[in-house]
Amino acid sequence: MANLNELTISELAKGFRAGKFSSAEVTKDCLKRIEERNNELNAFVTVTEKEALKSAEECDKVFADYMAGAKNVSAVKSKNLLSPLFGVPMALKDIFNTRGIKTTCCSPGLRDFIPPYDATVVEKLKAAGAVIVGKTNMDEFACGASTEYSCFGVTKNPHDLSKVAGGSSGGSAVAVADNMCAYAMGTDTGGSIRQPASFCGVYGLKVTYGRVSRSGVTALASSWDSVGHFARSVSDIASVLQVTAGQDRRDMTTPPKPVPDYSSFLGKGVKGVKIGLPKEYFGEGVEKETRDVVLAAVKRLEKAGANVVDVSLPMTKYAVAVYYICMPAELSANLERYDGIRYGKKPSKDPSDLVDFYFKARGEFFGDEIKRRIMIGTYVLSAGYMDAYYKKAMKVRTLIIKDFEDAFKKVDVLVAPVFPFPAFGIGEKANDPLAMYTADALTIPANAAGLPSLACPAGSSTAGRTEVRGATLTGLPIGLQIIAPQFEEGRCLQVGEVV
Amino acid sequence: MSKISEEEVRHVAKLARLELKDSEVARLSSQLSAVFEYMEILEEVDCADVKETSQVTGLENVKEEDEVVGWEVGSDFCNSTGAVPVLKNLQVGESQHRDRNGGNSVLSGEELLKCSELSVESKQILVKAAINKK
Repeated sequence: MANLNELTISELAKGFRAGKFSSAEVTKDCLKRIEERNNELNAFVTVTEKEALKSAEECDKVFADYMAGAKNVSAVKSKNLLSPLFGVPMALKDIFNTRGIKTTCCSPGLRDFIPPYDATVVEKLKAAGAVIVGKTNMDEFACGASTEYSCFGVTKNPHDLSKVAGGSSGGSAVAVADNMCAYAMGTDTGGSIRQPASFCGVYGLKVTYGRVSRSGVTALASSWDSVGHFARSVSDIASVLQVTAGQDRRDMTTPPKPVPDYSSFLGKGVKGVKIGLPKEYFGEGVEKETRDVVLAAVKRLEKAGANVVDVSLPMTKYAVAVYYICMPAELSANLERYDGIRYGKKPSKDPSDLVDFYFKARGEFFGDEIKRRIMIGTYVLSAGYMDAYYKKAMKVRTLIIKDFEDAFKKVDVLVAPVFPFPAFGIGEKANDPLAMYTADALTIPANAAGLPSLACPAGSSTAGRTEVRGATLTGLPIGLQIIAPQFEEGRCLQVGEVV
Repeated sequence: MSKISEEEVRHVAKLARLELKDSEVARLSSQLSAVFEYMEILEEVDCADVKETSQVTGLENVKEEDEVVGWEVGSDFCNSTGAVPVLKNLQVGESQHRDRNGGNSVLSGEELLKCSELSVESKQILVKAAINKK
């Protein structure tokens, strides 16, 4: 059976248990696809072929024992005690610590860094039988919206090789979109999962802040970072979330909230579900074609029984300013540890004393975008400016959160575009950082309030023609996002299935 | 809050311990000026009685009870990429103090020094100087 790499997690899980194919066969197909495509697309920075095949073999042994030991074959099929992720190939954004395997955050200074431990999420996925095929490309330290700021080069969009894949989790999005693996992990601080998902035509979930442990995940902005993942179906998204969600004693920001059975939200439909359309997300800053595709999807939800109402989130226009003050401030603090001593190399030119050592080491450690953001962060936290910028931004953040609280009194979920336009050309926005920043306006608010948001493919932009999900996309994908209150990922899944 | 001068850029770079080339200073001065001009939009917002949000979990002082456990280190400690701790609960009342050189589950200082790839002198590991004194 060829092209096993194109199957979803649910299809693979069924196939394994029916004895149709083995994890080793699926993994080999994925590795073959990576070999064929990665030189062009540059989605992977590290391919762990040996480790993946070894894991796949171990998974196959478990399956064989399990099937042989089961007296009632139908019992095996109906009540599987192994996670649906068992034996399924996947990829990790290069920001997740993997013991013994390079974890670089695509930064020049961390090119050779090998972590001594696995991130909690990686531990959980390995325990569930994940087969890790490699680490994916990203914007350096997750700072960017195009995966152009990586020290390993740009990741291209498989739908149009002249366009960006989106970022910062561009590599993971492409790995899933181009069938190099069944699912991939990413992080979302200001849109870094949802935007590449939208650009590449796959599903991308940003979880509630604190739903998934960030222990072992390099921190960018500690009060904004969320772990999440990409997959090719909503049911797959639910399967992965079931494994990764949960409190972790190594991450104090994970509350003791119970993890529901996410599969129970699938197949429920949207009858009677109240959907809010925040008018600020459909304004003139958003391209008409994007608005049309999203509104057409909303019409489909309405036909399926949902009640659609207009709502308003008046603080939306301040979200970018709040984010680009608070995030660089937290980033500058988190990146202080990269000093050429604890991490990275000592400088190439001889320093004159310790302080000079730091200057030179850090000057060589980071790329341009990181330096820019460290500078912004240091500035807003410096004496004389902290009240005017940082404290003010923290107060406006409170007001943004209140906007959502008010909206969710009236509706169950919010539906909106993810980005004002589909994938842009490689190099097009490189010289205008401010233009890049303001385009994050639609994704940032969910991070400000720590809300879950699921990006779903909604259609594509092909000169006025709208393709419905399921038909072959020939243009550039356009996604929508479904935002829910904290810890209500189930609602996102329920509505996302119908889009 | 207007333009960020090149002097201010150099000052902030000094605070952030970032060495910048002259061309970088000039570029950052104009880019940061544009960014901070954009930030002025926040002056429109009235935040008179608003509290700051530093995090969205609502959690405060997450604590964990101190549990007394033993610490066994694998016999291949020197060769592994990280210690493999095996935590076990001691009975209440059992001594929590383990002699540095006693007990078969705690590595002594001498044993740790044997793991060093660099030479040891007077119970100290000799490291290469990172800064060459001129």
